[in-house]
Amino acid sequence: MLKNFEPNKIFSITSKAPKYVLFVFIIIISIGLIEALIISPKDYIQSHSVRIMYVHVPSAWIALGTFSIIAILSLAILIFKNKSFILITKSLAPSGLVFNIIALVTGSIWGKPTWGTWWAWDARITSMLILALFYVIYILAWRIYDGREKAHRITSLIAILGAINVPIIKYSVDWWSTLHQPASISIFTKTSIHHSMMLPLALMTAAFALFSLLIFLMKYNTELIKIKNKGLDRL
Amino acid sequence: MINDIISMNGYGIYVWSAFTFTLISFAVLYTVIKVQLVKEKIKFDAKYLTLTPDKKQAVRAQETYKGILASNSVSKI
Repeated sequence: MLKNFEPNKIFSITSKAPKYVLFVFIIIISIGLIEALIISPKDYIQSHSVRIMYVHVPSAWIALGTFSIIAILSLAILIFKNKSFILITKSLAPSGLVFNIIALVTGSIWGKPTWGTWWAWDARITSMLILALFYVIYILAWRIYDGREKAHRITSLIAILGAINVPIIKYSVDWWSTLHQPASISIFTKTSIHHSMMLPLALMTAAFALFSLLIFLMKYNTELIKIKNKGLDRL
Repeated sequence: MINDIISMNGYGIYVWSAFTFTLISFAVLYTVIKVQLVKEKIKFDAKYLTLTPDKKQAVRAQETYKGILASNSVSKI
């Protein structure tokens, strides 16, 4: 099964896919923006400021999801010594960091009209900031140790260490008294969000996931070509 | 109606700035990654063109190189 992750097999997909992913992303984000900014109703308490949710929540989900994938693959790198996963984890990090920054900034913008402050050292916000720091350390470690044998070991350890923070982010609203409300959307229990707001949220989440995929594909191609460039030098 | 969409009962400044920040972040990230990709492709093409014919043949025999060559402009030269 791991043979399916060999760079040449992945490259045959990643080299062709970006243009199709970009096309679908543009269509979905266009519909999502119309839904989020015009069609969806205002909230009876938060009024129009609730629309910030359509960029804030998907960004936070993708930042968390991306780091979780990086951590799981990093564990696989350390256990199975699978080198194919190294390129995948390295290529996932930039979009994860940008989505994390978007979640923090849009959350701050949303905080001003809702809580009356741009920033609070609330458990959810602080743990998201820590996640951003782990992303920065992870990317910096790749820059510092790139090309060296220990690079994948150091970066994998950073990702696994950072993964401890993922459940803290998820359950921070339940474990501590925070400004954030408990989750409105759950896979296992009934969702408390109305379908008129669920539709733009789902569309924006799909669009953001596609954008994340697009960046991953392009970054993967860049990293693979970079390695092969070094290979040409050795010929 | 346009005024309502822009002002959003006074919340427009917050909503529009959050969406604008998101879209600008997307544009910047896409541009940075695209530039990196194009630079690496140009570097690859330049190196490939300097190879001797037998080395070019050896490169073309490898799957990944074949894929890169197919996606780069050098294959059309």
